[in-house]
Amino acid sequence: MSNVTGKTHPQLAAIFNQDEPRVDWHDETLWWVRQKRDIQAHKLPEWELLRETASQIKNNVLSNLSTYLEQFEANAINNGVIVHWAADAEEHNKIVHQLLQERGINRMVKSKSMLTEECHLNEYLKEQGIDVIDSDLGERIVQLANEPPSHIVLPCIHKKKEEIGDIFHEHLGSAKGESDPKILTETARQHLREVFLTRRAALTGVNFAIAETGEFVICTNEGNADMGAHLAEIHIASMGIEKIIPERKHLGVFLRLLTRSATGQPITTYSSHFKRPQQGTAIHIIIVDNGRSIQLGREDFRNSLKCIRCGACMNTCPVYRKSGGHSYHTAVAGPIGSILAPNLDMKKYADLPFASTLCGSCSNVCPVKIDIHNQLYKWRQVIVKEGYSPTAKTIAMKAMAFTLSSPGLYRSGGKMGRIVFKYAPFAVNNGLNPWYKHREMPKTPEESFGEWYSKRKEAKQ
Amino acid sequence: MSREKILAAVKKNQFTHAPLPDLEILNSLTATGDNLTQQYTSVASAGGSFVYEVKDWKAIKTILHKEFKPGVKIISGIPELDEYTYAGSVLDESSHSFADTELTILQSNLGVAENGALWLTESQMNIRVLPFISQHLAVVISKDALVPTMAQAYAQIGNADYGYGAFISGPSKTADIEQSLVIGAHGPRSLSVFILT
Repeated sequence: MSNVTGKTHPQLAAIFNQDEPRVDWHDETLWWVRQKRDIQAHKLPEWELLRETASQIKNNVLSNLSTYLEQFEANAINNGVIVHWAADAEEHNKIVHQLLQERGINRMVKSKSMLTEECHLNEYLKEQGIDVIDSDLGERIVQLANEPPSHIVLPCIHKKKEEIGDIFHEHLGSAKGESDPKILTETARQHLREVFLTRRAALTGVNFAIAETGEFVICTNEGNADMGAHLAEIHIASMGIEKIIPERKHLGVFLRLLTRSATGQPITTYSSHFKRPQQGTAIHIIIVDNGRSIQLGREDFRNSLKCIRCGACMNTCPVYRKSGGHSYHTAVAGPIGSILAPNLDMKKYADLPFASTLCGSCSNVCPVKIDIHNQLYKWRQVIVKEGYSPTAKTIAMKAMAFTLSSPGLYRSGGKMGRIVFKYAPFAVNNGLNPWYKHREMPKTPEESFGEWYSKRKEAKQ
Repeated sequence: MSREKILAAVKKNQFTHAPLPDLEILNSLTATGDNLTQQYTSVASAGGSFVYEVKDWKAIKTILHKEFKPGVKIISGIPELDEYTYAGSVLDESSHSFADTELTILQSNLGVAENGALWLTESQMNIRVLPFISQHLAVVISKDALVPTMAQAYAQIGNADYGYGAFISGPSKTADIEQSLVIGAHGPRSLSVFILT
């Protein structure tokens, strides 16, 4: 679901911030996940070596991507898998639709795939009269609530169990007022089991695609990808071009990092390797670009393509934790999403690189060592240069540059400021001043450093 | 053709060749200590699995008889457990027909101490959906089949050929509702691991 309201991150965050106890709860929950990540990371003495190795493998991938993609394709075809290529979201969606149409299928079960979120596949298929059911519990919950996921690993992290209880009561017939996670999960199990057993088509994402063997790996805790894929006659796997890793043995590096970083588990319950289709069934892989090759050409930002979608940067981000995933109005929220989105549409996502404190925590936890906060800083510069920054910000920056380049103006401005703060604090401590919204304005000194220094110099003489 | 368009764009934008790192150091580290069975048991139990150290097949049968009442549908992929329906004999049945399976018992030849994962390929599963669709899953593994980390696991898998394979590290689970861990999402509600000593 796109940002239909056209609101920016600060505006959407302000809506989320209206409910303060919920913000605190959101903040604490994600920090708890971040701490679980730390515990797992500290258990492995080789953690930093693993990160560095993963980063170097991905470096190699990005520098040879065209070769690896061709190698992957050739091996996959050799394994009996059918490979498609999609330049953009529209082409991806059309391929999925055509594959279903050819078989006269109008109902599909889907496992979690942030790429299909990025492509808005569900809405597209709905318009074509095809019913898609998301099978990951968190995804199913937000789907029933008619919302996009707010986190790439924890899709309904923003929802309280009572709200989920209401949604299940309305759509799945659970008892009114029931909010026990165990009972609600059992309700979803029964409902989705029927879905798995009746759908002829299953779509999944891809966590890793191996050039050397042509196989691909999907990681889930629920087993929903496997239930869908093994019971359907056609399995469609959608993957971004950056999901490639060179050899099977490299999985030994990435699978050790992925869930430790994501949820603080040593590995997902299921890490499934699909190489050949099951007898009597078909596997189709759709390799999707959708702006990734452009990002590859942006030297400052290509490292973002190393991302393995663990969500660690979101869990640690002080801005994400306090503004909620929906405030980012893009499929991948948080720090990494804020680097990826402006590549797709710089104007639409010009606000996102500014939704960060640049504290660097995201870069510190990133399992593939993406320099996330540096890239956010660099995007800001590109966005301002290209003229996409918000007007108010542009004017303020220009005024600031003008003032700072003129010592006289800087001195008199400072003096004026101190007078205003002292005698007319209401002139700055009000709702019209965006800086005041979430901060106390500082107490100003009686004199500037310059004034103090010259006085001191005079006194000494 | 999008294929050519994408490959051309990628080719144009990829930078100078960066070499692959050496995995030798990572592969030679065995940070999980010497007692792999103990390490495996502790990690797998924390992940919700029931781990039993057993001497022989008879001991496994005794536990299974205690846990599962007669009359329920039990499928075994292990010839030694021949009192149950042998998975190899029902290969022609549709995957959907296993929806009422109470327990599936399979053998793994590779387990990982650092994360409790068990490697199973299609040839051990017989039918891909079996370890997922059953209400409960049991896996038998020899003590000698445990390795310290995923690095050694992939060294062992090497370039083996399989149509499908999976690392399974516990019962199906979810924590999507307020991060409360619930065992039994879509797949098995329990995983019993029998380590043959």
